[in-house]
Amino acid sequence: MNSLLEHYQNMLRIRRVEEAIAARYSEQQMRCPTHLSIGQEAAAVGVSASLTVKDKAYSSHRAHAHYLAKGGSLDALIAELYGKQTGCTGGRGGSMHLTDLSAGFVASTAIVGNSIPLAVGNALHQQVQKLDEISVTYFGEGATEEGAFYESANFAALRKLPVLFVCENNRYSVYSPLSVRQPESRSIVALANAIGLNAIEVDGNDVEQVAAATAELVKGIRNGDGPALIECHTYRHREHCGPNFDDDLGYRPEDEVAHWLARDPVTLLQQKLLDLGASAQQLEALDGKIGSEIANAFELAQVADFPNPDDNERFVYAE
Amino acid sequence: MQSNQTTTFAEQINQAQHQAMQDDPAMLAFGLGISDPKGIFGTTTGLAESFGHERVFDMPTAENGMTGIGIGAALAGSRVLMTHQRLDFFLLAMDQLVNNAAKWHYMFNGQMKVPLTIRLIIGRGWGQGPTHAQNLQSWFAHIPGLKVITPSKTDAVAAQLYSAIMDDSPVIFIEHRWLHQQQCETSQIKPLTLRPEPVRVHKTGADYTIVANSYMVLESLIAARKLAELGIDAEVLETAELEPACWQPVYQSVAKTGRLLVCDSAHTSFSVAAEIISSVTERCFGQLKQAPLRLGLPDYPEPTSIALTKHFYPSADSITKKVMMSLQRELPASIQDADEHHSTRPHDVPGEWFKGPF
Repeated sequence: MNSLLEHYQNMLRIRRVEEAIAARYSEQQMRCPTHLSIGQEAAAVGVSASLTVKDKAYSSHRAHAHYLAKGGSLDALIAELYGKQTGCTGGRGGSMHLTDLSAGFVASTAIVGNSIPLAVGNALHQQVQKLDEISVTYFGEGATEEGAFYESANFAALRKLPVLFVCENNRYSVYSPLSVRQPESRSIVALANAIGLNAIEVDGNDVEQVAAATAELVKGIRNGDGPALIECHTYRHREHCGPNFDDDLGYRPEDEVAHWLARDPVTLLQQKLLDLGASAQQLEALDGKIGSEIANAFELAQVADFPNPDDNERFVYAE
Repeated sequence: MQSNQTTTFAEQINQAQHQAMQDDPAMLAFGLGISDPKGIFGTTTGLAESFGHERVFDMPTAENGMTGIGIGAALAGSRVLMTHQRLDFFLLAMDQLVNNAAKWHYMFNGQMKVPLTIRLIIGRGWGQGPTHAQNLQSWFAHIPGLKVITPSKTDAVAAQLYSAIMDDSPVIFIEHRWLHQQQCETSQIKPLTLRPEPVRVHKTGADYTIVANSYMVLESLIAARKLAELGIDAEVLETAELEPACWQPVYQSVAKTGRLLVCDSAHTSFSVAAEIISSVTERCFGQLKQAPLRLGLPDYPEPTSIALTKHFYPSADSITKKVMMSLQRELPASIQDADEHHSTRPHDVPGEWFKGPF
C-alpha cells in the first residue's frame, strides 16, 4: 500500500503538472512545442522506482514525465517552458531539451531515436570506468523504426552494457498509426530479444506491472547480465504536440479511444487504493499539496527574468 | 636522436594517438578497422596492443549509432576519438554530428561538454570515384559548434591531432590520403603540447597571396617555386583551422600583396575558398588590387576511370597558370597547357609508393 501510494503521488503529480501546462498554454506565454505525457505516466513512474539518483536517464521529445519521475526540478521545467533564465537550460532548449544533472536526468532530445545511442554511450562509459550505476533510454515505438535503435541495441548487446531500453508503445507517431509503419505481425519484444536484449512487454497503464518487471530487469542489468528492454503498451490522451484533445479529427477509432480512456493509469490506481482502504480525504489532501507546489512553480516562472540575448554567442564552444 | 632521421605523416598521427591515450586514461578510440592488420594505413597500428581492447576497438558497421555512442560516452566523461577510412561513410552520421555533438554544449547552456574528435580520410585517384573522394570540409565548417582541422604537413600534424583530441569541443579532423607517406625530419616535429597555429605561413612573398588547405598546400608550394623562377614572389599560407575569426594572417597578407588566389581541395562552389574570399573582401576590399580568385575541384562528382580524371584535380602548374594569367604575364611553353600532366608517373597516384587499391 505504501509503495502504491508513492506511485500514485508521483503519477498524480505528473498528471497535474501536464494539466496545468495545458490549461495555461493558450495564454501564449509558453512559446515552444510541448508534448504532454498525459495517459503515459505509469511507465515513467514504474521504471523510476528501480532507479537511484546515480543512474542516468535519457529521453525523447515527450519527456516531462520521465524528467519529473527521475527527480528533475519542477521549477526549472516550468521556467524552461516560459523561456526564462531559471529554466533548466536557461531558455536554450525548451520542452524538448530537458536536463537535471543533479537528478541523473542527463537529457531529452527532439529528433526521434537520436538519444538512444547517447544512453548506450553513457553505459559504455559506466562499464569501462566500472561505475556502480546504469543507463536508461526512454523512446516511443516510432523510434524502433529508426536505424539508431538497431545500431544502439546491437552494440549494447555486443558489449553487454548496463542499459535499460524503455519503449512506450502508444500506437501513433503523430497521426500515423502502427498499421502504416510496422507489419501486423511485428512484436517489438521478439525483435529486441533476437538482437540480444532481455525483453519483456507489460501493460504500460498498470504501474505495478511496470514496476515489478523493471525491478527484475534492472536486477539483471546491475548483475552484469547485459542490456534489457521493457515495452509498455499505453496511450496518449491528447494531441501529439500541444494542449488539446484532437479526436474530433477522427484519426483514432472511437472504440479504441474509449477503451484506453477507460483504462487511464491514474484513475485505475486511484480506484485500487480506495479498494485497498485508502480514504478519499487522504487522496484529496495529496492532490491539494501537489496543487500548491505546481501553483508555486508557475508563479516563480512567470516572475523570473528572461535570459539576456547578449549572451547568445556563449557556449558555442567549450571554454 | 639524429637530426637526419625521418618520419611520415601517418607515423605522426599514430604517435599523437598513443600519447593522448597515455595522457588521458578515460580516452576511448574506435572505428571500423582500427585494430585490424592494416591499422588504417598504419595510423592506428599498435594502439589496441598498448591500451587494450576495451579502450581501443573495432566496431559494428553502424556509423550513426556509433557516433551517438561516442557522444554519449564523451558526455559521461570519456574522451573519444573515432576514425573513418573514408569521409563518405561518415555521412550516415549527420544526425548525431549536427543535432547532438555540435549543439549539445550550447543547447544545454554550457552544462555538458563533448570532447569528441572524428578523423575523416579523403580518398583521391586510383578510381576512388564519386563516393570515396569527397572533401565536404565546408559542410562541417558551416555548422556552429564544430571545429574543423585540415592538416597538410608532417611537422605539425601530431600537434594538431593531439590538440584536437584534448579539445573539449567536437572536432572534425580531415586527412587527405595522399599525405600519409609525406616525410620530414624528426628534428622538425612540433611539440605535441604546442598550440597549433590556425594559419601557417609556409613561404613569405610580396607580390601575391596564395591560400590553400590540405593537399593543395603541397601543390601551392611547388607552384610558388615555379613562380619565383618567373619573377613572381608569392606568399603561401595554409588555413589549417577553418574558422574565419582565426584568419588574421590571411588578411594581413592580402593587405600587403593586394592579390589573392585560394586553392581549395574540395568542389569550388559554396566552398572554403568562397568563405575565405568573402571574409577577405569584407575586411580588405580597399587593399585589393584585383578581384580575388579561386581554384578548386570542378562542380561534378569525381568520375572513376583514369581516362576521365586527368583534369579533375588542379596541379602546381594550374596554380602557376592562374596566377600568371591574372597578372597578364606571358606563360612559359612548359606550362601553357597546365591541365596536361607532365610527370612520368600516372596522374592518379601520389607517388611510386601507392599501388592501390585505396
